[in-house]
Amino acid sequence: MTVDTGVPSGRERAERETGLRVRGRGRGLRVRGRGVRGRPLLYTSYAADQAIWNTPAKRGWTLALVGAVLVLPFFLSRDLTSLVTTVFIFAIGGIGLNLVTGYAGQVSLGHAFFMGLGAYTAAVFGGAGSDQVIGWGLDMAIWLPMAGVVPALVGLVVAPLAVRVRGLYLAVLTLGLVFIGEHVFKEARSITGGAGVGRAPAEPVLFGMDLRERYHLFGYILSREAVYYFVCFAIFVVLAIAARNLTRSKPGRAFAAVRDRDVAASMMGISLRRTKTLAFTVSSFYAGVSGALLVMVIGRVTPTNWNLFLSIDLLAVILIGGIATISGSILGAAFVVLMPRIVSELADVVPFISTSPSGGFLSVFQLQTMLFGALIVLFLVLEPRGLYGLWVRVRNYWKAWPFSY
Amino acid sequence: MQPFLHVADLSLRFGGTTAIRDVGFELDEGSLLAIIGPNGAGKTSIFNCLSGVYRPQQGSIRFRGTDLRGLRPDAIARLGVARMFQNIELFDNLTVLDNLMLGRHRHLRYSTLSALLYDRRARRAEVANRRVIEDIIDFLQIQAIRRSMVGMLPYGLKKRVELGRALAMEPALLLLDEPVAGMNAEETEDMARFILDVRSELGVTMIMIEHEMGLVMDIADEVLVLDFGERIAHGPPAQVQRDPAVIKAYLGEAS
Repeated sequence: MTVDTGVPSGRERAERETGLRVRGRGRGLRVRGRGVRGRPLLYTSYAADQAIWNTPAKRGWTLALVGAVLVLPFFLSRDLTSLVTTVFIFAIGGIGLNLVTGYAGQVSLGHAFFMGLGAYTAAVFGGAGSDQVIGWGLDMAIWLPMAGVVPALVGLVVAPLAVRVRGLYLAVLTLGLVFIGEHVFKEARSITGGAGVGRAPAEPVLFGMDLRERYHLFGYILSREAVYYFVCFAIFVVLAIAARNLTRSKPGRAFAAVRDRDVAASMMGISLRRTKTLAFTVSSFYAGVSGALLVMVIGRVTPTNWNLFLSIDLLAVILIGGIATISGSILGAAFVVLMPRIVSELADVVPFISTSPSGGFLSVFQLQTMLFGALIVLFLVLEPRGLYGLWVRVRNYWKAWPFSY
Repeated sequence: MQPFLHVADLSLRFGGTTAIRDVGFELDEGSLLAIIGPNGAGKTSIFNCLSGVYRPQQGSIRFRGTDLRGLRPDAIARLGVARMFQNIELFDNLTVLDNLMLGRHRHLRYSTLSALLYDRRARRAEVANRRVIEDIIDFLQIQAIRRSMVGMLPYGLKKRVELGRALAMEPALLLLDEPVAGMNAEETEDMARFILDVRSELGVTMIMIEHEMGLVMDIADEVLVLDFGERIAHGPPAQVQRDPAVIKAYLGEAS
């Protein structure tokens, strides 16, 4: 098991005592306890134990994955590059929903509303104005944060209501948000363009650089899709790490405490009101950012797109991916975004499935919907921890190999 | 000098039912008071009043000079009142470490922004905190299970973890609600030893509700006996044991 020797205060002392190299400007807190070779769980400092990537395997795999993600757009078609970009965007939304629903245990069906709000905030701040719609044409460095801040503020207003109800009642309350939102989005023509029309998304101009132009990188010409891909990936990485930081420190533990036993949590000195409000606020921020990025990538949408089905897609991300895990949200996003595409690709080879909406025994669209429902049911029954749970099983199998336990 | 804890004329009613009627007691710093009484006597209700879950209709609760009436549970916890529950109230989906770290919540003073960035301030606080937790883990001899999910642990260990979580709060007043309920003789001895250690080594003032009379008579300084929400006796264990009202409440009257 673990041996904890405490953290020495100075770098020299740390190096002398542990025989390890101390990295960074250290007050001893940055000791990278790589442990003894072959014993990844032998930590020599609390800081090393509490790090995000606390095992060599995690560090290695993360590096490999990031490397793979960075070269991927050079091999994918523009169409597929956009699809993977959507994965990052759904992962941001999924992480946000997981913070409030998975970690803090407050079911929210209202995230489509916050996504829509983020998208329209971005459009107002960054879009081009015209006779019909308001638009200030500001830089992405302004409209993207605002796309998070405005939904966060609305989340802050909604949260006190959520503090008073729980469980099913909270689900219904947040469901109400979606319907109110849909109506408001339809009617507020000067902001959203109105029903059936919509408006163009915010201009993707980041620090004065228009992301829609072609850029050259190491002799490659980057398509617009590839530029979006890298920008979204960078934002996703920052937000994912921030969420992980939140969940491994004081507020994240408070979320889990409120979820598991709220009375006991309050007797630990945790304010239920503050904790739930924080969860809603941060979560709405994430949803807003993901909504703004989503329209940036897929283009013009109408107000009715921010509906209950989007909320349910997002719930599916965390249910299939894994409740209360950040990596699970990412896996779930990949699954939910890529699955329909895989099904439609398969449709060409599998008989009885037609690609047209009406003909054939079973259309692709019907199959996608059915598979989606079936998978959610299967995961809830067989592996409530979702894809993350499957991964844990595989990992434990190889850890114990060749023994079964 | 003001008393450490002063409860006077405490009354709690649920509609027509009176759970507590005019109960009062005083507690000195460092002492151990046991509250005993038959089921439904109002023992846990007193704890719920002390920790802010129930709002008593009448009476006063002064803890180190602060009136606790009307304060929310988290505000009372921040004043240094910790509690161990009758039915274990641990966070089942978290590890023992995380449960204990949660006990430290009120001692962690970094902002949410620090947490999001996990900057130097947050990291330092977390590491310092972990060190305190490890001391508690050593104290309670639960080193081997620090990474186990609490939900998977056997009952006796859960109780011990719950004591640890309460100790992590570094409380001034610790409320123990049936700390040895459902334990065998050996586990009871262990828990009794921990309670005595907590008092002698950490100097924590305690109120304990317990049905195990052997334990009560052995370790309590004073005993408060309740029956149907009313105080029927209060004094040192030996005196309470001979009190006719107590004997009557527990055994009935000789016919």
